[in-house]
Amino acid sequence: MRNKKLVNYAKFGYLFSIPFILTFCIFTLYPVVYTLVIGFTDLKGAGNTSWHFLPAVGKNLFTNFTDVLTSKTFHKAFGNTWIIWIINFIPQIGFALLFTAWFTDRRSKVKGTGLFKILFYMPNIITAATIAILFTKLFGYPKGAVNDILLAFGRPQAYNFESNEWPVKLIVAFIQFFQWYGHTMVNLTAGVIGISPEIFEAAEIDGANRAQTFFKVTIPCIRQIMLFVLVTSLIGGLNMFDIPQLYISTRCNNAGLTTNMYIRNQAFAGSYMYNRAAAASVILFIVIVALSSILFYILRDKDEAKLKKLRKQELKALKKGY
Amino acid sequence: MSDNTVKASSIRKNDIGLKVVIYVVSIFFSIMTLFPFVMMIANSFKSTFEIQQSTLTLWSAHPFQNLARNWQIINSKDFHPMTGFLNSFIVATCSTILNVYFSSLTAYAITAYEWKLREAFSSMIIAIMMIPTTVTTIGFYQMVYKLGLTNKLSMLIIPSIAVPMTVFFMRQYLQASLSMEIVQSARIDGAGEFRIFNQIVVPLMKPAIATQAIFGYVGSWNNLFMPLILLTDKNKKTLPVMVSLLNGDIYKKEYGSVYLGLLITVLPLIVVYAFLSRYIVEGVALGGVKS
Repeated sequence: MRNKKLVNYAKFGYLFSIPFILTFCIFTLYPVVYTLVIGFTDLKGAGNTSWHFLPAVGKNLFTNFTDVLTSKTFHKAFGNTWIIWIINFIPQIGFALLFTAWFTDRRSKVKGTGLFKILFYMPNIITAATIAILFTKLFGYPKGAVNDILLAFGRPQAYNFESNEWPVKLIVAFIQFFQWYGHTMVNLTAGVIGISPEIFEAAEIDGANRAQTFFKVTIPCIRQIMLFVLVTSLIGGLNMFDIPQLYISTRCNNAGLTTNMYIRNQAFAGSYMYNRAAAASVILFIVIVALSSILFYILRDKDEAKLKKLRKQELKALKKGY
Repeated sequence: MSDNTVKASSIRKNDIGLKVVIYVVSIFFSIMTLFPFVMMIANSFKSTFEIQQSTLTLWSAHPFQNLARNWQIINSKDFHPMTGFLNSFIVATCSTILNVYFSSLTAYAITAYEWKLREAFSSMIIAIMMIPTTVTTIGFYQMVYKLGLTNKLSMLIIPSIAVPMTVFFMRQYLQASLSMEIVQSARIDGAGEFRIFNQIVVPLMKPAIATQAIFGYVGSWNNLFMPLILLTDKNKKTLPVMVSLLNGDIYKKEYGSVYLGLLITVLPLIVVYAFLSRYIVEGVALGGVKS
């Protein structure tokens, strides 16, 4: 079925891709390779650009990697990132599913869902840096909106939310939740609206109640979208930076330190350990690639893969025939 | 009207109970969502003394006098709202234009032409969506530093020519909406390939371009990580970088001005959202389903 006219125009395919490829090579590919190389060198110090591979200065090639992997601060940062992501993701997907079930319920026909969706989604487009500082002020000590509310409800004195590790983690996770539950809900609702109404009608005729319809019909139908939400949220969560960086930074015994903050602190503060930061970011990259590959494997469209295979076989058969 | 019989049988007492629960919880979440922003706006109009009395009051004795004073205090210290605003505007506008135009062009190259490396190229775009910014940071900074281009806004703008996410979205859209017959007839009429793209394909892609432009703009406006590393000159700082100054000690006692500073950074976003919220929410839904 190959159209000869299309073949003549092939060079435009290359030509129109050049800006993308060129920019990608300069601003993404080269920096990635450079970061990878730096991970094996002695590059450190502000403004320093000359480096040697570690064996050349008498050290083990993997020193930076072992340094990072045995660093207590890195363990703490990596652990925090996971803890904060998990505390934010469980209620996020839970409430998103609950609102999805309510807002798409055919029987109770809730009014004003459009308005609620718009409201719930709003925090997602607001600058994360601003939201983080806004919450710092709201959870302020001794004066702040939250403490004012607590005092009004009869607490004898203001509570210092920065005095313990757990309140810090919980608040950072809450801000993440606050910014993302609406986004997740909008995604899931869109998935439910996309399901053919006949399936629901059939379930209704068969006498399924609300809970049964939701768990046995709706959730299996939006499985793909739920996995998509999981993958994007996981990648975003492992790269968490803005909110913990500005909410509490590294105070309170590094309670809110995340992997990305660790990397930035290594490279652009203190003794400017570019090499160690590079090693840490390569480690983070490997973790992300491994996790997303696993999830993508589960996510893959099985029907499309089958179709592709069939098409290929057909093409082969056709070629043999001619 | 068979629907009516189903409806009639299902309107029972527990249905009304459920509806009440739904509205109560939804309204609670609406209040939770709006509360921080209401606080931010209300406190921008208050003096430090009034805020110390209570953060929660929504009124002030001299709102506009306080606003003017808070504005003065902000401008008298390191936080320069107008400079930040201008820098953010330049970066967000230019990078959005580059992003949507070149992503459309790349998506068109993948969709409309048959070339040898096409399949490989489009799978590569999906693969590189996974690369996190962090892993490019050190190398990117070193490169920019060696070229002496730190503190240049262009270093935040040019990379948006190659955003794999947008290309992916544009490709999905083009595959569904581009008919090669139109392109063919334009060729017969003697139009060049580049002109066909600019005058026929781009207008065809308007809905997709609008969606991606909104998200590109918001994303670029809100970006903190890269600007924080690259921009050290205070005249080049974008708003999110500047906003971190509000956390500093110099504003510790200036409650009202901190809230005003925060309000300034998000005002354009709130205005945009007020007008485009429906399309934005629809756009989010589209992105999730398509992927």
